Amino acid sequence: MSQEGLLRPGIAQIRVLDMEESITHYVDRIGLNFVSKEADGRVYLKGYDEFHRHSIVLREADTAGIDFFAFKADSQDSVDQYRKRIEEYGLDVDDVPAGEQPGTGGRIGFTVASGHRIELYADMDLSDDAPETHSPFIWREEPHGMRAQRMDHCLLYGPNIDKVEEFFTTVLDFHLPERVDLPDGTLAIWMTVSNKAHDIAFVKHDEPGKLHHLAFFLEDWNEIGHAADVMTRYDISRDVGPTRHGITRGQTIYFFDPSGNRNEVFCGGYTAYKDHPVRVWDHNTVGRGIFYYERQLNEAFLSVVT
Amino acid sequence: MADGTERRRFSVRVNGAPSGVHCDETQKVLTALEHAFPDPDLRAVRVGCRQGGCGACRVKVIKGEYTTAKMSRAHVTEEEEAEGFALACRLYPQSDLEIEPAFLGPRGRQQKQDN
Repeated sequence: MSQEGLLRPGIAQIRVLDMEESITHYVDRIGLNFVSKEADGRVYLKGYDEFHRHSIVLREADTAGIDFFAFKADSQDSVDQYRKRIEEYGLDVDDVPAGEQPGTGGRIGFTVASGHRIELYADMDLSDDAPETHSPFIWREEPHGMRAQRMDHCLLYGPNIDKVEEFFTTVLDFHLPERVDLPDGTLAIWMTVSNKAHDIAFVKHDEPGKLHHLAFFLEDWNEIGHAADVMTRYDISRDVGPTRHGITRGQTIYFFDPSGNRNEVFCGGYTAYKDHPVRVWDHNTVGRGIFYYERQLNEAFLSVVT
Repeated sequence: MADGTERRRFSVRVNGAPSGVHCDETQKVLTALEHAFPDPDLRAVRVGCRQGGCGACRVKVIKGEYTTAKMSRAHVTEEEEAEGFALACRLYPQSDLEIEPAFLGPRGRQQKQDN
C-alpha cells in the first residue's frame, strides 16, 4: 500500500505532576530512552525502535493530561496542503516555529471539536540512537523494563465525536476501521492513516480535552505478561489486564503513570485497509468490544481520565 | 522503620462508620481502604488512577492530622486543600482520621489549563 500525506503518530506531549517520578516510570519501567531535558524543563523520550529524535514530551504542571498529539507527515508540502484544507473546513490554524522542540521543524496546530489540540509536522532529526540500518541487529542494547518499542496511539475523550469523525476522515484523510454505536449515537471511533487498526481513537465524553490513555507497542503476549510482572514488582497502579480488546484485537494492559495519566502496553491488532468494511459494535456487545475476556466494562473505563 | 523505629499506625473511618481500617503513616489512605476486607463504607471512596491525577478518590477529612503529596489542582484547589479536601491516594495519616467521600463527578469542575 502506498502511503502519502500523514504517516503515523509522531509526538505526544503530556503533563506530569512530578518530573523525577515520571522519568523513572517512562524510562526505567516502560522502557523508553531518555533523549534530553531542555532549559524550559521539558523532558524528551523515545522508543528504542523509533528512528526519529523523540516521540514523548513530558511537561511538569499542576494538572495531568495531554497538551497535544502530533502526526508526522511525509513532506512539508503535505503539511501545507493539509493546512489549506483545515482552514477551508473552518478551524483556526496556528504555527509553532521550528526549534520549539529540539531537532523538530515547524508544526501547525489546531483544536478539534472534542477540545483536543492536534498538530502536524514534517521534519524531525533522525535520532543518534536510531535502529541500525546497515546489516542491522534487531536492537543495539537489549530492551529494558516493559520493552516499549514505540509510542503507538492515544485514546482521547471529549464531546462532538461526530464532528471529530467528519474532520479526520474528510479533511485529514484518515479511514475508520471500527466504531461503537449506541442507540443515542456514536460512542467511540477508531481511525488510522496507515495499516494499523488505529492511530488515534475518540470516545464521547462531556468534558473536553481529556486523555483516556497513551499507548506503547510491545512484541507479543509474552512481553505483555512480562510488563505485568514489572507492574507488580514496582507497585505500578494497574487498571485492567492483561487481557484483549475485541475492538482492534490488540492484547493489552491499562495502567497509570505517577500523575494518573493512563498508559497502555499492547501488541497485535489486525491489519486495516481502506477497502475493508467497517466493524461496528453495539450497546449489547461493548463489554466484549473493550475487554474481550472479561466481557464487561469496568467503571473506570468511562470515568477515569486526566 | 528501617532504622528500627516504629511506624505509627492509625485508624481511618469513612462516613462515621463505627470501625475503620488501619493505615500506617507511610501508607496512602486509598491503599489501606482497597486492601482491607471489603466493606460498603470503605467502598464509598472511589478508586481511579491511584496517582493523584483523576479525582475519583476525592475525600474531605473531617477530623485528624495528615499530610498530602502533590495532587492535580484540577481536582483539589489550594482553597479546597486548606478546607480539608484531598485525594485519598495522596493522603497519609498523622493521627486517627475521619473522612467522607467528596467525589465531584465529570461535570464537577472546569479543567484549568496552565500556560
